Amino acid sequence: MHIDIDKDVCIGAGQCALAAPDVFTQDDDGLSTLLPGREDGAGTPMVREAARACPVSAITVSETVS
Amino acid sequence: MPETEPVAFPQDRTCPYHPPTAYDTLRAARPLTRIALFDGRPAWLVSGHATARALLADRRLSTDRTRPDFPAPTARFAAARNRRTALLGVDDPEHQTQRRMMIPAFTLKRATELRPRIQQVVDEHLDAMIAQGPPADLVSAFALPVPSTVICALLGVPYADHDFFEGQSRRLLRGPTAADTIDARDQLESYFGELIDRKQKQSESGEGVLDELVHQRLRDGELDRQEVISLAVILLVAGHETTANMISLGTYTLLQHPDRLAELRADPALLPTAVEELMRMLSIADGLLRLATEDIEVAGTTIRKGDGVVFATSVINRDEDVYADPDTLDWHRPARHHVGFGFGIHQCLGQNLARAELEIALKTLVDRLPTLRLAAPADEIPFKPGDTIQGMLELPVTW
Repeated sequence: MHIDIDKDVCIGAGQCALAAPDVFTQDDDGLSTLLPGREDGAGTPMVREAARACPVSAITVSETVS
Repeated sequence: MPETEPVAFPQDRTCPYHPPTAYDTLRAARPLTRIALFDGRPAWLVSGHATARALLADRRLSTDRTRPDFPAPTARFAAARNRRTALLGVDDPEHQTQRRMMIPAFTLKRATELRPRIQQVVDEHLDAMIAQGPPADLVSAFALPVPSTVICALLGVPYADHDFFEGQSRRLLRGPTAADTIDARDQLESYFGELIDRKQKQSESGEGVLDELVHQRLRDGELDRQEVISLAVILLVAGHETTANMISLGTYTLLQHPDRLAELRADPALLPTAVEELMRMLSIADGLLRLATEDIEVAGTTIRKGDGVVFATSVINRDEDVYADPDTLDWHRPARHHVGFGFGIHQCLGQNLARAELEIALKTLVDRLPTLRLAAPADEIPFKPGDTIQGMLELPVTW
């Protein structure tokens, strides 16, 4: 799974960190970022829930084709 | 289909936690219908959940209330919309600049760090209420002072001034007259002007959000004095009025649903979802306003440039396509994705703080007062009119 966060769009609502706290957090500026080692979504189904919860669609989730 | 008269919006609720019965017509006309505003002007009313999310995130809708065509729900809103309102009343890119300055103070992490302090504030006000009662007015003894104390500490506003700013916030939001609203705004702005001047004279910066704005953003010329004042007013007003209403109306709702309350007492792990469900069910900010700046095709209709667009959150949050049995309070439903905090770039800045305050305030209240109950007939307790943020005017309780 590949997760892309558009930081130019992020408004720091924290919805992603609330929905999937094992994958997302907020950096010092309050913007969404991925936790170290969890960049692939760590297999949690809540990643898609986090993307859907984002009020500005800053998170894109895609399946990685290897 | 025969043309019917557009429903008047906003209207008073019949039960404080349900949408007005007159909105049944709006619910039936999902996802988009017409309403008539107080001055007879027609506007679009968004009632469907998916359409609401799409439109609230649509950059072609403006929140700049100084635009001449901007829809007004009340005469006092129309009279007071000549001055810029920070955050909520500005579009990007100006909005983004202001919001980004604010985000670090309102992150989920920051709200989590504030939890022990919030618990302390909740305990202190509850101790005082218990010492003086029963009975008590839960609004003045608990629901209002808790968020008021918390936002004061966060912003760096002296809580000693709370009678003043709570009173002026009340007039700002509820008038009743346009003159009241304009005067209240002037009073709050001059209060913050003086507070900012005092902070500027201090050699050491305090720890509040306003201290940082004054000692960094204002000093460095990133914001001017009027912008800092406008930000201070909106952070203070939005920071205590909304949460106070959720605590008072949330408590009323719990007391009217004894089975749900018992369930919550028995299983505190339900608390976070219970808060989301209360946010969905109560939809206290019921009537978000936007102006179309371009033609927008949506749901088989064209919203024209210059049209007013109103989002009835109480209706959107009861969309049957998203929420089964939407009029029933249910801690087990996935209530997430409600628009109780709004959606799009203006989604509530303080939502993580609000969640923490609501969880702690409601849990502590029901834990410490196992016999908490209304001290007056439920249908005689006054609540706020439909043209402002919804909540209880007073809440007589005993235990």
